[in-house]
Amino acid sequence: MNQSKAIEVKSVSKYFGAYQALKSVSFNIGSNEFFTMLGPSGCGKTTLLRMLAGFESPNSGSIQLNGREVVAIPPHKRRVNTVFQSYALFPHMTLEQNVAYGLENLGWDQTRIRNRVGEMLERVHMSQMAKRKPAQLSGGQRQRIALARALAPEPEVLLLDEPLSALDLKLRQAMRDELRTLQRDTGITFVFVTHDQEEALDMSDRIAVLGGGEVQQIGTPTEIYEEPVNRFVADFVGETNFLDVDVVETAAGQATIRTPFGVALTVPATGHAAKGRAILSVRPEKINLGDQAQGVVFEGRITNKNYMGGYTHYTLDVAGTELRASRRNASREGDTIPLGATVPVGFVAGSARVLAA
Amino acid sequence: MTDSVLHATAEAGRAPRVRFWHDPSFWGLLPSRLLMGFALILPIFIIAAVSVATRGAHGGFAWDFNLAGYRQILFNEGWTGELEFTPQYLLIIVRTFLLAGATTLICLLFAVPVAYFISRQPPGRKAALIYLVTLPFWASMILRVYAWMIILGKDGTLPRLLEYLGLPSGMSLMFNDGATLTAMVYTAMPLMVLPVFASIEKLDGTLIEASHDLYGSRWVTLRRVILPLTAPGIVAGAILVFVPSLGAVLEPSLMGGGKQMMMGTLIQLQFGGGRNWPFGAAIAITLMALVMGFLIFAALRAARREAAL
Repeated sequence: MNQSKAIEVKSVSKYFGAYQALKSVSFNIGSNEFFTMLGPSGCGKTTLLRMLAGFESPNSGSIQLNGREVVAIPPHKRRVNTVFQSYALFPHMTLEQNVAYGLENLGWDQTRIRNRVGEMLERVHMSQMAKRKPAQLSGGQRQRIALARALAPEPEVLLLDEPLSALDLKLRQAMRDELRTLQRDTGITFVFVTHDQEEALDMSDRIAVLGGGEVQQIGTPTEIYEEPVNRFVADFVGETNFLDVDVVETAAGQATIRTPFGVALTVPATGHAAKGRAILSVRPEKINLGDQAQGVVFEGRITNKNYMGGYTHYTLDVAGTELRASRRNASREGDTIPLGATVPVGFVAGSARVLAA
Repeated sequence: MTDSVLHATAEAGRAPRVRFWHDPSFWGLLPSRLLMGFALILPIFIIAAVSVATRGAHGGFAWDFNLAGYRQILFNEGWTGELEFTPQYLLIIVRTFLLAGATTLICLLFAVPVAYFISRQPPGRKAALIYLVTLPFWASMILRVYAWMIILGKDGTLPRLLEYLGLPSGMSLMFNDGATLTAMVYTAMPLMVLPVFASIEKLDGTLIEASHDLYGSRWVTLRRVILPLTAPGIVAGAILVFVPSLGAVLEPSLMGGGKQMMMGTLIQLQFGGGRNWPFGAAIAITLMALVMGFLIFAALRAARREAAL
């Protein structure tokens, strides 16, 4: 990752009436980075994106684009382009004209515009349809034209507002790969907004998890998933089990905790190190069953099971506490633990995480 | 529905003809057909017939086929029957089109910003503002024109205000084309604001944002995105204003003083004081033909636009 900053957001706050949508948010986005703002609806991610585009301005704080303060600069003077959630293609223009629109406004000469439009349509595999109107396209095709239109003027930053949410599942997966490739090829900074954690984990260099108008955590996808800093992040990104625990002792980055079903264990305490009540987050796939159980091992009874093909999700009763575990069906025999069976249950202490209650 | 009826009878091996009076929709539509026929189509035929009748000596007309009414629009018939080209009525037609055109343009100039402004308001205020736009419709048109006479007339509100501001006193703003135009614009304005508002309201706001995002200034966005996409509403408004303005009677006779005629006042004169019904009917039919021509032209253009979209 390049260390130079493409975007610097400093203590940005935004009110809509009495409602505070953003509470003094700060973060940096590096050049050439694929940066994702992830969060549930109402977390402020779209407001932030609209501020970067220039459609909203913060009540306080500053936003710098490549070292230049942009809060007072209107959208049409920012070298930033947006791929809108609804694509917002101009219905009265052909695809060609749509892609050329930004270039014409920048005052490029005709030959240069023609070449660039041809190149962009080629890149998104839409050259054959240059003369068509947006109404004649499928959702995926519109999406690609919206991308071509936004990338054509070679913006410093490309903003993407949930661009995949309107597509069907198969197409969404294909577009993820296409977006990632485009980002690597063009070297343009991508700022991607989504509420879909899977999308975020799949595509991003770094993710900012937003909740309640605040940045909850910023990190690589692995950091966000494996080392969530609080309950919100652990809960929002991926599935997890929360156990109420007591931290009895902390020493040298290790915490000794007591679980509700009596087992005491020592786990790395990178997230939370205070003594007293805390929660332990263990992802279902980190919990192993039967002969695979290792690490901290105890016993549990299978109360429910959902066969998903590649995986089976089990619900376990461990001394009155409910735990969810998922097990990869590596062979046909994978799905053989019967309902009601009492089996050994275990997880490696290092894969669990202690968080503030 | 007709299809299934035909199928059923074919299966029964007989093919009786389905009479139109077996179709319930015929009876359902009958009242509106009668109303349209008697109230709209028949009068047009009567006027068309009168336009080719012969003028009666003391008003009225006789059913003798005669094209004198149409000839009179362009030519003056001398005592000995020779025809002399006279542009006076042609000039009235041109004046009418110019005034109606000017009315349409001025309405457009005012209506677009007003409609845009209203469309950006919160829902409650939007409804209230639209109600205010239609408010003049609730008062009789003649009253509204008289109100303008009070504003513009001798010792009226506006001349007095100008006098107060140090301009020469006793200025009359009445009885000229400006006064006629003012009243015409005023009367027609809601007819322009409403369709333009409807099409601006339908316009997707993200398209405007997309234009700004792609380096389009306000002006570029207006010219290349807003205007092309609201064109249907603008065309509808222009037709709604232009066509009735061509037939304006009240405004030119009250505000213009009736000296400078428009086609509407000319027609009225022929059926009234002029006692030349065939001539009046001929002008009316000519006006209708011109309007029809204009509308067909507009409709064809709209159809082409639609096909291109």
